[in-house]
Amino acid sequence: MEILLQQIINGLVQGSVYALVALGYTMVYGILGLINFAHGEVVMVGAMVALAVIKVLLATALSPVLVLLLSLLAAVGVCMALGYGIERVAYRPLRHAPRLAPLITAIGVSIVLQTLAMIIWGREYHAFPQLLPNASHSIGGAVINEVQIAIVLVAVLMMAGLLLLVHRTRLGRAMRAVAENPSAAALMGVNINGVISTTFMLGSALAAVAGLMVSANYGIVHYYMGFMLGLKAFTAAVLGGIGNLRGAMLGGVMLGLIESLGAGYSGALTGGMFGSNYQDVFAFIVLIAVLIFRPSGLLGERVAERA
Amino acid sequence: MRNVPDFLRPNKRNAWLAFVALGLLLLVLPFATDALLGRGWVRIVDFALLYIMLALGLNIVVGYAGLLDLGYVAFFAVGAYTYALLGSPQFGLHLPFWIVLPIGATLACIFGALLGAPTLKLRGDYLAIVTLGFGEIIRIFLNNLNAPLNITNGPQGISQIDAIRVAEFSLGRSQELFGITLPSVHLHYYLFLALTLLVIFISLRLQDSRIGRAWMAIREDEVAASAMGINTRNIKLLAFAMGATFGGVAGGLFAGFQGFVSPESFSLMESIMILCMVVLGGMGNIGGVVLGGVLLVVLPEALRNGAGPVQQVLFGKTLIDPESLRMLLFGVALIVVMLWRPAGLWPSSQRQRELEAHDGEAQQEQDTVYDASR
Repeated sequence: MEILLQQIINGLVQGSVYALVALGYTMVYGILGLINFAHGEVVMVGAMVALAVIKVLLATALSPVLVLLLSLLAAVGVCMALGYGIERVAYRPLRHAPRLAPLITAIGVSIVLQTLAMIIWGREYHAFPQLLPNASHSIGGAVINEVQIAIVLVAVLMMAGLLLLVHRTRLGRAMRAVAENPSAAALMGVNINGVISTTFMLGSALAAVAGLMVSANYGIVHYYMGFMLGLKAFTAAVLGGIGNLRGAMLGGVMLGLIESLGAGYSGALTGGMFGSNYQDVFAFIVLIAVLIFRPSGLLGERVAERA
Repeated sequence: MRNVPDFLRPNKRNAWLAFVALGLLLLVLPFATDALLGRGWVRIVDFALLYIMLALGLNIVVGYAGLLDLGYVAFFAVGAYTYALLGSPQFGLHLPFWIVLPIGATLACIFGALLGAPTLKLRGDYLAIVTLGFGEIIRIFLNNLNAPLNITNGPQGISQIDAIRVAEFSLGRSQELFGITLPSVHLHYYLFLALTLLVIFISLRLQDSRIGRAWMAIREDEVAASAMGINTRNIKLLAFAMGATFGGVAGGLFAGFQGFVSPESFSLMESIMILCMVVLGGMGNIGGVVLGGVLLVVLPEALRNGAGPVQQVLFGKTLIDPESLRMLLFGVALIVVMLWRPAGLWPSSQRQRELEAHDGEAQQEQDTVYDASR
């Protein structure tokens, strides 16, 4: 029972991170109909920048809370600029090109970012310092620490904020209009390029926050961390129904739960044949199953035949 | 046959001259490379041939049928591991190469059909992501199937794989033929060259066949194709299975050539690399795909070998290690080439016409590009 509860907690924490990253994929997909392959690397850059700022500021006498906030601001700022840049370089010039072309440029951007991070920060794993006291609490035998509580809370807040932004503001209405029909939106006076840039920047800001969360949770930063995370988050977005914000959140949390429960119990269920080292397989099996039985995702309305 | 390179055009005047020249060039290539650049480069040329085979296999799926497959390397892995398991001390089996290769190809074909059957009703990005997931699943299994029962030897991989051999003639050591000593890499070169030419021939014939036309019809408009009486599901499945078969053959050759396989060789990056060969070179155009394969194998190697000394000369020290620089330039090259020529370096003339006919806006933006290549 404790194990079950523990796995659920782990799954929720991991799922919150997936959800934040998945929102970035789903927003871009909703508006442009493209997979932003470089999004995972944006998460990595966010984590790296936050770490660099923390390292510099720790030498000063600033309070840890302030250091954390400043590093978050720096990460969000850099990632937003990066998101804007990615859109300008890799997507805007190719908006009317054959479908595979922007995918390849995105892969190129991804490789460039990864390699640059490797050149700047090296191949080694960096320890992410623990800035705030991180007490553990026990719930029914399972353990949750304060960083994990903070992760879930911040994720929920950010998602609520994003929903408000998309459904209650002028900008949100413009975003939905462009997603629905770009040319009609343009005729109604929506600045399409501006909206698309903003979407990329919003998604990247969420990715920066997610990057900081992952590093604080695991205490490790690495130039390769964005790749698998991005892949999983995309899976989460598809699971929830790509293009649908609530779907991305639901998909993220569900994927986190499935993974951690799967990894926790598969060993016992298969007599030790498939242990927790198959964790990554669950994500993809879920993905394939969802796409076969419900291609539009859990909350998606569009059908799959929208290539 | 418009998009066939000149030298392969069958009934053109003087074509045979070019053909003979090219044939001679290909025949002496390993010796010339060996003399000019060293033995290591012959190996690289061998790898280039392997990758061309892979890229041509993927071209059937992506270029002809328009199905984006991001897990193609899984089939390569199936072929390679089949050979590794049946021809190494791992299980003490040493089946001959010419028996194992068809087994590997068949297995890859079955895997292709297995993956294709449930997923082919998906289109576009969804299919891409499912195939990507499949590729990762295969890799994770290869990585972890060493406990409790040791099948794949896990991350260490399988070593001491038998060299490719036919009867008593082994490609694993130097052989004396007609008074010429042929080192192992040269022998592999000729085998790979022969198979690559065979794959090119099959691709060419497929392209102009009923099946090939059906693939292209599906690529352009699936609904219309199905209205014309094409059984889209079976034809798409055929593309998947056929591409997978080529991948399996290349995998078997890879295992025999390298003598060692490990899950590391079959990462997503490899799939992406092969896809880049197809897209950069020019989807659906055999010449373009071959060009893409050669460029993406040879250029990074040249960078790896050349980057260090050049930096020494320019800056007096090595600022960025060559391996990183290679990846960096590779990424930049992908972006630049796609921005400059979205349809690839050597696009299929048919696709080019379609682009111009259907996408007015794109055409305006790209007029200069296509004018230059016409």
